[in-house]
Amino acid sequence: MPTFEYAPAPESRAVVTIEDSYGLFIGGEWTPGHGTPFATINPATGEHLSTVAEATTDDVDAAVRAARTAYTRVWSRMSGTDRGKYLFRIARIMQERARELAVLETIDNGKPIKETRDFDVPTAAAHFFYHAGWADKLEYAGLGSDIRPHGVVGQIIPWNFPLLMLAWKIAPALAAGNTVVLKPAETTPLAAMLFAEICQQADLPPGVVNIVTGAGATGQSIVDHPGIDKIAFTGSTAVGKMIARSIAGTEKKATLELGGKAANIIFDDAPIDQAVEGIVGGIFFNQGQVCCAGSRLLVQENIVDDVVRRLKRRLETLRLGDPLDKNTDVGAINSAEQLARITELTEAGVAEGAERWDTGCPLPKNGFWFRPTLFTGVSQSHRIAQEEIFGPVLSVLTFRTPGEAVAKANNTPYGLSAGVWTEKGSRILWIADQLRAGVVWANTFNQFDPTSPFGGYKESGYGREGGRQGLAAYVRSGGVA
Amino acid sequence: MSRIDVRKTYKLFIGGAFPRSESGRSYDVYAAPTREGNRAFLANAAQASRKDARNAVVAARKAVAGWSGATAYNRGQVLYRVAEVMESRRDQLIAEVRSAEGLTAARAATVVDAAIDRWVWYAGWTDKIAQVTGNANPVAGPYFNISAPEPTGVVAVVAPQGDSLLGLVSVVAPVVATGNTCVVIASQEHPLPAITLAECLATSDLPGGVVNVLTGDPAEMAPWLASHLDVNAIDLAGAGSLDWAALEADAAGNLKRVRRPSTDEDFTATPALSRMTDFLETKTVWHPKGR
Amino acid sequence: MTTSAETTARARDLLGVSRLTNRSLTSWLHALPGVDQVGCDSRAAGLRTRSIKTDSKRWAIDLAISMIDLTTLEGADTAGKVRGLATRALVPDPSDPSTPSPAAVCVYGDMVAVARETLGDSDIKVAAVATAFPSGRASLKVKLADTKEAVAAGADEIDMVIDRGAFLAGDYLTVFNQIAAVKEACIRADGSAARLKVIMETGELVTYDNVRRASWLSMLAGGDFIKTSTGKINPAATLPVTLIMLEAVRDWRDEFDEQIGVKPAGGIRTSKEAISFLVAVSEVAGEDWLTNEWFRFGASSLLNDLILQRQRMALGVYSGSDYIADDAPSAY
Repeated sequence: MPTFEYAPAPESRAVVTIEDSYGLFIGGEWTPGHGTPFATINPATGEHLSTVAEATTDDVDAAVRAARTAYTRVWSRMSGTDRGKYLFRIARIMQERARELAVLETIDNGKPIKETRDFDVPTAAAHFFYHAGWADKLEYAGLGSDIRPHGVVGQIIPWNFPLLMLAWKIAPALAAGNTVVLKPAETTPLAAMLFAEICQQADLPPGVVNIVTGAGATGQSIVDHPGIDKIAFTGSTAVGKMIARSIAGTEKKATLELGGKAANIIFDDAPIDQAVEGIVGGIFFNQGQVCCAGSRLLVQENIVDDVVRRLKRRLETLRLGDPLDKNTDVGAINSAEQLARITELTEAGVAEGAERWDTGCPLPKNGFWFRPTLFTGVSQSHRIAQEEIFGPVLSVLTFRTPGEAVAKANNTPYGLSAGVWTEKGSRILWIADQLRAGVVWANTFNQFDPTSPFGGYKESGYGREGGRQGLAAYVRSGGVA
Repeated sequence: MSRIDVRKTYKLFIGGAFPRSESGRSYDVYAAPTREGNRAFLANAAQASRKDARNAVVAARKAVAGWSGATAYNRGQVLYRVAEVMESRRDQLIAEVRSAEGLTAARAATVVDAAIDRWVWYAGWTDKIAQVTGNANPVAGPYFNISAPEPTGVVAVVAPQGDSLLGLVSVVAPVVATGNTCVVIASQEHPLPAITLAECLATSDLPGGVVNVLTGDPAEMAPWLASHLDVNAIDLAGAGSLDWAALEADAAGNLKRVRRPSTDEDFTATPALSRMTDFLETKTVWHPKGR
Repeated sequence: MTTSAETTARARDLLGVSRLTNRSLTSWLHALPGVDQVGCDSRAAGLRTRSIKTDSKRWAIDLAISMIDLTTLEGADTAGKVRGLATRALVPDPSDPSTPSPAAVCVYGDMVAVARETLGDSDIKVAAVATAFPSGRASLKVKLADTKEAVAAGADEIDMVIDRGAFLAGDYLTVFNQIAAVKEACIRADGSAARLKVIMETGELVTYDNVRRASWLSMLAGGDFIKTSTGKINPAATLPVTLIMLEAVRDWRDEFDEQIGVKPAGGIRTSKEAISFLVAVSEVAGEDWLTNEWFRFGASSLLNDLILQRQRMALGVYSGSDYIADDAPSAY
């Protein structure tokens, strides 16, 4: 009997135009950078995509000055209604150019087209649409009387959701009346380059959005620039701490969206088939390169064998390969550096005595790849249960009682997200209360929405993104709040 | 011949008990200078050490589960009880504030009354802050989704150094009203009202460890609290004259929530909501809606 | 061949009880894991996003055609209508003899003989709906007589309906006993037996938890197939409901080493839709079910769309209904 082979179903690349090189987007114009240009590649193939300018401290200064001018002369004087209209325009253009954005994001990041098409791009557009509506309603947000924007906001975003993180940052900042200088991650700058073009199409006043490319040094220049009023950062906890130190003693405000080591707790009365889906989606979505990934599976000990068996069977059906293929579930790891880190930590897992299993699926020859991997027999003291791997690697631990599940879930310096699966309502509410995490997904996982605040406890950072609470991070209050 | 009065020993307040400093140290506390410039000796206050600060953090951590888990109504009752107990010691507090800060009798009374009223204000906030800062979120899918505030955990507080009672109450009450516990470094120069406040707290149903009061040198203790990995947040209200930038940098070690020093804060004015919200986390819970 | 007594004895054995009671059935069924509706719907939606192109699509279309129970179940059915349907099954596309035939023709019991005669000695099966289809509201005696007549008339397969009223009232034992009795009624004089498809009418069971419980109950009572719907109730065969049934047959085989078939019926009209179901079969139950022995579509107009797509792939141009020979156009 023949098996059901899915023929290749590649999304066309023709919809995307990638320039040979990109400059910096400052004051509404493309300007050359003064640092050393760097390459961005397709992590699924190793193919060179483009060369991108590196912004020096002087370039960052020019961007901050452009943002300040736009803030003082235009954006802070504009009515909320008009600011909102620009954001609505941007949201619409993103929807119109959704296919292009999805393909470009997949090429530059390595994530599957079905994710960029069905999640990253529509959710990014939704963030602009949601915040557009806030622009002329800020006084109704319950954030106090006499609220004002900060001024110029410096934003530094990671490579795992290049367009979505840009939207999470820029949409609320602009809605609240700030102007921005944004730095995309050095391995995934192209979505931001296309977004700059969208700003031009929307006739957004020059300088309201400025995009500077570069690596850590460029980011540090933004953080240290005296003209920056607020920093918004998403990335690693280590860098988040550096930023918090850098701005200590200044007037600068910060919101930090950092790492995580989320527990996904499965009780023996869970809706098991959906729980398995939730576990898989929780850790293998975006190749596990997600700060809120459910990387620590906590299973009630009496069902662990059944859960692991079901999980392995499900993982066998995941399709790893060409990210542009519409049937690909697991794409490429974003960079050689990230692949090395995943490899190093999984080797540590083996060395520490945990039992490793992977799907054994073939990996493409070029590019950066890692098979969906499962560790059983993991204890809290293993590095793979403590450190953020940021890859498609799941550690399975067990618990006996609800109290023990909570204790293990909370036993980490992180506190970004957590999951719990049980059909018992009162237990869900008790566990949700006990978990020290900013987002708790009960009988679901990895759900995101512009109206829903996202952000962590403890070393997962501070501040929220999305919803009314996310908006609060982009205003200062002169009144009683 | 007048009676020889019985003087009070002013000690620390840690975990609901009143220990001396583990270091055995104390320091002289004087009244505000008279017109002639004389400063009367008032007491030997305990000079807390970094180990006392550490013990206070342990006590505060131990108290988190019970206090944050108490109902908001219950916390409101306790905070109101604090106001009741302070009211009954109003004269003593006025006298202490007056001698410490050199205020007129009328001004001292105003300050003490404001401090008592502040507890009443926050007693009323305990069961409303979640309603004011939390909300349901209309997500684009079949999910129930709600965001609500939760206490950050253990909060270290450097109390205002001038305003010895009203300043102290204004920074401690909002922190504990929402379910946090705290370790507070009182005014170094005027520590006695803080200890009397501690006595009020100890007799007002507030569980031991929810508020821990340290007297001594903020410059000595604050760095240990700022860098302590089991402290979740720090209010630098009274750290303006310290190297607070260094304290904020230390606090980055475990990404504490930091509230920077307040400059010339008018503690008689209605407090900003941020005194509470700076030490709250937003938790968002999702659940599917299905049949 | 399995008698009702044998089915009950096996059920006792599988449940580990000395007597099969409603309480023991309830405990067993209610211990099955719950189904979260939102999660299940979202998994089904995920399966729908699979993009099946070129060779895979060609292969899937032929497989889907071969899995159809080509159906007419109308009060207005006549011998002529049934003959037309059966002929269509023999020659699904006169313009392309390589087109596979459907698995079966599905009719009311009184039309079995007509269908059988038209199909002759072809491999195409005759399936008959029985047991007071579609409501099932008749005495057991009537249901068994209905079944026996269809079997005697030459039905290869019997599509029975469960007593949804009894199921919703928690009377699982009645549902079980009726299925077991119908199973026995499927035994032919020569000792062989018609295959039994158990229609749960999932649109009336409403919740996904009920679908899972009814699936396990039907398998326990001896159903060879579990089937979603009569086609007379909306919603009929949805992908999430079929997904739950595929999980049920997969888990049943894991537990008891017995393979059971699945038949979504009603509402599947397009090739794209049918292919989504095949994707679900492949990714949830596994490829052992990718044959018409273990998976069927209860459908009528689906065949037309599959042929349309088949012609499109063969000719390289879009075809039209004038190029589909349809002997039995039906509203079903």
